[in-house]
Order: sequence, then C-alpha cells, then structure tokens
Amino acid sequence: MTMISHILAANSLITAFAAVGILMWISGAISKYLTFGRIHGSAIAIMLGLVLAFFGGIATGGEKGVADLPALTGIGLMGGAMLRDFAIVATAFEVDVVHARKAGLIGAVALGLGTVVPFILGVLVAAAFGYTDAESLTTIGAGAVTYIVGPVTGAAIGASSPVIALSIATGVFKAVIVMIGTPFVAKMIGLNNPRSAMVFGGLMGTVSGVSGGLAATDRRLVPYGALTATFHTGLGCLVAPSILYFAVRAIIGE
Amino acid sequence: MTISGVALLAICTLLGSLLGDLLGVALGVKANVGGVGIAMMFLIAARLWLVRHGLLSRGLNTGVEFWGSFYIPIVVAMAAQQNVVAAAKGGPIVVIAGAGAVAVCFAMVALIGRFSGPVETMDEIEAREALEASVPHFKSGRVG
Repeated sequence: MTMISHILAANSLITAFAAVGILMWISGAISKYLTFGRIHGSAIAIMLGLVLAFFGGIATGGEKGVADLPALTGIGLMGGAMLRDFAIVATAFEVDVVHARKAGLIGAVALGLGTVVPFILGVLVAAAFGYTDAESLTTIGAGAVTYIVGPVTGAAIGASSPVIALSIATGVFKAVIVMIGTPFVAKMIGLNNPRSAMVFGGLMGTVSGVSGGLAATDRRLVPYGALTATFHTGLGCLVAPSILYFAVRAIIGE
Repeated sequence: MTISGVALLAICTLLGSLLGDLLGVALGVKANVGGVGIAMMFLIAARLWLVRHGLLSRGLNTGVEFWGSFYIPIVVAMAAQQNVVAAAKGGPIVVIAGAGAVAVCFAMVALIGRFSGPVETMDEIEAREALEASVPHFKSGRVG
C-alpha cells in the first residue's frame, strides 16, 4: 500500500492523467446509459470534478480540492493556470479568422457589459445585506465580476479581509454555476455559433467558467469564448478599483 | 516535427503572457491583461503565415492539436481543484450575487443574439465547409 501511494505521489502528473482519464470514462458511461446522451459526458465530468473537489476540501481542510491529497497533487499541476492557458492558446488553431473578426465589435460591447452589469448587481446585493461603506460594496461587486477581480480590487482600495473572502467566494460560485449551467441553457440563449460564443465569453468573463461551460456544451465553441473571456479579468481589474469605485463613492455620497 | 508545433505554441503563450503583464504595468493594474487572448492572436497569425508560405507541416499540426484536444481533461482537472467548500460556505450573499450575475448575463447573451440577427451555427458552418470541400472533388471527377 505504501509502495502504491509512493509511486502515485512520485509520478504525480502521470497519476493525474490516469485519474482524469478514469473520471472521463465513468462520465462517458453515465452520459450514455443514465442520461441517454442528453447530458454531455464532459459536463458530467466537470460536475463530478467539482463534487470531488468539495469532498476533497472537506477531507483535507485545504483550498485546492482533491489536489491537496498527497497522491493527487498532480491534478493541481494538470488543472493549474500554466497548462490551462497553454491548452486554451492551442485551441486558437481552430479559430476561423473571418468569424472572429465579424464578432469583434460585438465581443467588445459584451466585454463592457459583462463587467458593469454583474458589478452593479453585486453592489445591490451587498447593499441589501446591510453593507454601507464604498470599499465593501465595491469589493463584493467586483467579486461578482470574477474571483480575481474581487480580491485585486479589495486589496487596492483597502477592504476588510472577510469582505475580500466573500468576494472570492462570490466569484468562485459564479464560475461554478457557469460551468454547470451553460449546457442546460445553451439552446435557450442561442449558444451554437462563433459569434454568440464570443458574446458569451465577454459577458461571463470567468475563464474557468467560460471554458468549462463551453467545453461541456460544444467543444468547437471554446476558442471563440476564450478569446474574449481572457480580456475580461484584466478589464475588471482595471475599472473596478478606479472608475467603478469612484462611481460607488459618488452615489452613496462619501 | 511534432516539437515544432509544441514549441510554436509555447513561444506564443510566453510572448502573450509577457505582453499581457506589460500591458498590466502600463495600465497600472496588478493583473495580466489579456495575455492568453494576445497569445491566441499570435498563434492565429502564425498559422496564417505558415499556410501562406506552405510551411504548415503535419507534425507541426499534431503538436498544436494535441494540446488543443487535451483541453477538456485539463478543465476537468481544474474543476477538481476549485475551492468548492469555500464557495458553498459563503452563505446567501454569495449565492444571490453569484447566481444573479450569471442569470442576468445568460439573459444578455440571448438578447444580444436576438438583436444582432441570425448567423450560421457551428453545424451549418461545418456542413457548408464539407460541401465546399467536396465540390471541387466532383468537378475533377469523371464528368468530362
């Protein structure tokens, strides 16, 4: 037993390949036999991944889901920002330049809306829960943009640590719902062409949510959504601690 | 060579994140601004250049496409290492703000799609491309 766990831990990335592969086989079987192909195998795999992350988090008390288990540290490397970005860039090889260019302007509009609209909503919800200071309102609003914009903004304008934690949780929750929910609403919101995928990426923003949600819906749409989504966090980090913070301050009259 | 595809991808990714960081510094933001998006544009430009000069070899294609096809397993691994416990523990404010933001954005995707008119779906694009690819084949067939 110790020998097995030693081998798994010593070859952590290889272990991760095997573990994710097995998870995807199981998901494929569930998709085929339990949902009769109605729910995509990758959507089930992503949901199972989140469920495992929940139990992994409870078992270890850590912050990185199953990657905190010694045998599965490779999951952290495999699903980390480095390989994720590498693989996202690789999907650009399939981008049809003509379609991307056509959707360029509308993608930029979506980016702007995708920053401002969730921010306003987050600020309103924070206000409804009794927050009155501009720093807390802005930070929670920024968390509703993405879980990176939240803490970056909070740190920049000097929000309290519990509020920053709340903004991260809001952003993570948003990413999780986008991952799970996208395949279910895809048909309703017309998510079946490159242009709507670019609009979707710009509006939703969270790279992990967008890439996970589109992967579970239609793999061919991933590059288009990722192309706009990657600008989202940067734009949010730019405007949330500056323009949007000043706007909140002006409105509540500080 | 497969490695030339992987190396091209790596160079584009590194250049993109470098420029994204520089853009962040220039804008006074503590974040990478569009690094991955810039890298994707480099890769798209590189592919166009390679195709134009007839240098897009099969090995190069394999090197890039492998990583593109590896994308979903990587996303699954990413899902498995999220801090789901914290997201679930955040309480009602997290749930309402998170779910509300998603619901509003879903609705806006639908609205923008409606207002900007119909476009070809991914299936239609592939069907048309398949048809276009098959047409010259028929023409060069045994008709004459």
